[in-house]
Parts: sequence; structure tokens; C-alpha cells
Amino acid sequence: MNLTEEERDIFAGRCGSVPQRALKHQMAVGAFFGASDFVPVTQAHIMADTESLGEAGVVWLEELATATEGQRRVRIPTITDPRGTDFAKAERLGQTPSMLALEQRVIDAFVKLGVTMTNTCINYQTIQAPARNEHVAYGDTGVVIYSNSVCGARSNFEGGPSALAAGLTGRTPRYGFHLSEQRCATLYIRVDYTPSSLNEWGALGGTIGRVVGNYWNVPVIEGIEGAPGSDQLKHFGAAMASFGSVALFHLVGITPEASRLSDVAQPGLPAFRVTKADVRALQDSYRSDGRVDVVVFSAPQLSLYELRTLAELCRGRKFVLPLLAVTSPQVKPDADRFGYTKDIEDAGGNVLSGMCFYQSYAREIAEANGWKRLATNSAKMVNILGGYGYKPMLASMEACVEAAESGRLP
Amino acid sequence: MTMNKRFIARHAMGHTVRGTALVAYDGFSARYDLDRIAGIFSRPTHKLAGQSYVDKILILDTAKGGVASAWMLHEMKSRSVVPLALVFNSVNPILVQGAALANLPMLSGFDEEITKLVPFGAEVEVNPAARTLEIISWP
Repeated sequence: MNLTEEERDIFAGRCGSVPQRALKHQMAVGAFFGASDFVPVTQAHIMADTESLGEAGVVWLEELATATEGQRRVRIPTITDPRGTDFAKAERLGQTPSMLALEQRVIDAFVKLGVTMTNTCINYQTIQAPARNEHVAYGDTGVVIYSNSVCGARSNFEGGPSALAAGLTGRTPRYGFHLSEQRCATLYIRVDYTPSSLNEWGALGGTIGRVVGNYWNVPVIEGIEGAPGSDQLKHFGAAMASFGSVALFHLVGITPEASRLSDVAQPGLPAFRVTKADVRALQDSYRSDGRVDVVVFSAPQLSLYELRTLAELCRGRKFVLPLLAVTSPQVKPDADRFGYTKDIEDAGGNVLSGMCFYQSYAREIAEANGWKRLATNSAKMVNILGGYGYKPMLASMEACVEAAESGRLP
Repeated sequence: MTMNKRFIARHAMGHTVRGTALVAYDGFSARYDLDRIAGIFSRPTHKLAGQSYVDKILILDTAKGGVASAWMLHEMKSRSVVPLALVFNSVNPILVQGAALANLPMLSGFDEEITKLVPFGAEVEVNPAARTLEIISWP
């Protein structure tokens, strides 16, 4: 890779061993994908839950954090994805002291590295949305697909080690979706159905994700009526990324790079049709006899407007099942201030902050609480939790709240 | 007719290893597909469900899902409950980043689908410096 003078200094260790290790890691990745150079980035976002890190990853971070002050801090705003717990609610989740101790060690290491513990996967709704053509290094697939597609920013999927490396060096290898040519559509999808509820938006995203099926494919989609909002596109993109490893989509007439089909698509692309029946089939594949053990709203974290809707649905009810609603530390104080938390918790639910359900030792908390049948309106989450031994069910927010009250999905 | 036994990849990383190939036209995600404690594929619908991946060379279609695998490969390596190498028809950045951190050999991008060219259970050599996958012996 071609290096600038500054990069040669980092490579030679003249800026310290931590940025040197970071740059060498980035060069290995860049060389694999044939990157010719680095591109400066303005923000980094690190996914680093302790279930993924394990003891080995925590020790690795702690070792970086022992470097000399002045040689270990990130160079650009570097924020974090949800943590593996909400310390205030860990007991309710059935998490163990050892899990919490590991979490605290990671937080301590990140703080020493200069990382800002935002603990959110909806930073584009809460912290700062990237602008069009802004190069960033984001590390949550839902964040990346939203930022690339809805904001027109430029990021690859950056796993935790690479996102941290980008924070430490202020750059990332120039390959993939940092390149204009990579952002053109590779397949055309016609949909004949515009969802209404968030679970339907997620199911449509998941259905398209299965069609796309590959990180390097970029779908251009026509047929959506109206103008979907941020929460709808959030669930749509998060599910598409989860089911298909997709990092960028274009909606003709809606997303910024595709005012017209011809802006992103050459004639003759492989074409597919997605119908309402296809979307219903995906939803039906996550339904059973209706019995439920736990109701969870998470993945992505809920926006203030989602919590507002949930609070209205919870008002005056009494739940017989646990109901967990997960949001970001930026949204939670407002939810408290506006009474949404009280409405949800008065009904018997819990509002959790700064974590994500599936990143919080999902297998262990299922065993601790006897949870197997889980109802949610998140298509992303039903895709993930099957691998953790759950029987996940996808339904509307309204149906999930009814299930919390009656014990069964209607 | 002779059978081709050496295949060239466009993308490569890591050191040379030899081992038994587990081959399937299916995806790979450390979070979605594996019981990382037992060292087996745990997702019931995965084509390698129930198989041990430990010290095997995995030859699969592509990467799936989220970013967790970037950390998880490193964690699996620390316990020696890890594949010997990863070979894909195509791969996303997450697994490349994870392989770089864990120092795992990886190949991807062949002229034909590598999952159709290598028999399940074959002994193979992955040589990233030469960007080759070679069949040493057939099962």
C-alpha cells in the first residue's frame, strides 16, 4: 500500500506501539482486498461486547491500554456499540458477577484509549448522523447499512479490532464501499408491497437480504410507495444486513444516491421480484403455537418515538410475562422525563439502557430465566437468536404487548 | 483426463497449513452458526450442523451476519478451539479482519466456486503466499 509521510511515521513506530500495531493490522486487511492506500475517516464506532471478546479479547484491549499516555489515545471521535449489560438491571437479567466484572474491565480499557462510551447502535438517530460522502469506520452492520444507504456516507463493515484501529490511526484502507464504483447496484429488485409496521419493514429487509446474500452485492429497489421514516428504514436495513450481510442498498427516489434508477444502475442487471407473499412467508417461518416466555424490543435499540408508541400501548395494562425494551443511554433520560419509562414499567415491563439483548449473554440469560419462546418485532433479532437456542417469534409491537399481558401471541 | 488439484485465489492472508477439508455451500458466522465452547456447528439448518470445526480447513460459500466474528476468531484461537484455515468463494471484511487479528490463514475469490471443486474430507494445503489451495489426497 502507498503510505503518506504520516503513515510511514506510524508504521515505523515513531507515534508509539499502539498506533503502529493498529496500522499494521489495517495494512494486512487492506492488502487482502487490494487497497492501494488509506482514506482519512472522521468517526469510528466499535462493536465490542464481552461475549464476543471473551477473556482473550479483554486482555488484548487491556494490554493496549497500558501503553504510555500520549501514545494510546484515539485520534478521531470514536464511540461504542451497545455493551453486554445495563448494570442497573443486570440482576433482573440473571447475569453473573463475572460477566459484569468483564464488562467493567473493557470499559476501563476503552476509557484509557480515549474511546467515548456511547453504547448505542442508533448513533445515526442520537449522536451524529454522517453526511453524504463522509468516510467513516463503523462497526455495527445496522449502523453501516443505514449510514451508507440513507445518509450516503461511506463505510465498510468494520469489526471491533478494525474500528478501534481506525480510531487510533484516523484512517482506514480504501476498498469496498469507500470506492464510488463499488456503490453501483449489482442487482435490481422490484417490490410490489409497502409495509406499514416495523416488523413488516424488517421482514421485507430480511427477504431482500436473503435474495442479495453477499456483502459485495448492492440492490437497487423500486416499488416502495411514499417516504419511509427513520425507524422504518432502521428496521429495514438492519434486517437486510443481518439476513444477507448487505452493507448498502438504494431505494429509487428515496435514498440520496438514487434519485433515478439510472443514477446507480446499468441496464441489464439481474432482476428479482419480492412480493407480499414472500414477506409473509418469512414472518410465518417465525411463528409457532403462540405461547411466549418473554417479550423483547431490541436490535436495533428503540428510538424515542418507538418508546413513545410502546408506552401508549402499555398504559393501563398488567403483564404476566417479562417485557424488556432496550434503548440507548441518550434516549433513556428523555424517556424517563416524558413518562414513557414509567408507563412501561408500571405495566410490569423493564426499560434497559446501553445494551442490546442478543449481545448480553443471550444463551446464559435464557437458561437463568427459563426463556425459550421469545416474541419481538425485530426481524434482525429473530434471525440471530435461533443460533442461541431460542424459539423466536416475529410479530407487531401491538401483538407483542398483548402477549406480555395474556401470555400468548394473538 | 486429469483432475485439477491446485486452485488459485485472488485474495490471501496468513501462513501455510495442511489439514482435512470440511466443505459446504453454506455461509459462516461465528455468532450465528457455532457452539464455540463445544467447537461444533450448532445452527440446526447449517449444512455442517453437528460437525466439529476444530483444526479443520473450512471451505464455505461466504460470510454471513454481523461483526462479532472479528473478535470471536481471536477468542476461539486463544482456547485452541478454532479452524485451521478459512476458505471462501467470497468473504466480507469482518472475517478478514478477524483472521488478521487471530493470525488465521484465509483464501477467497477463485475462478470457479471452490465449494464445488474440493471433495468433503479431502486433505488439502492452503498456501497464502502462493495464493493456492491444493488437494493432497482425496477422501
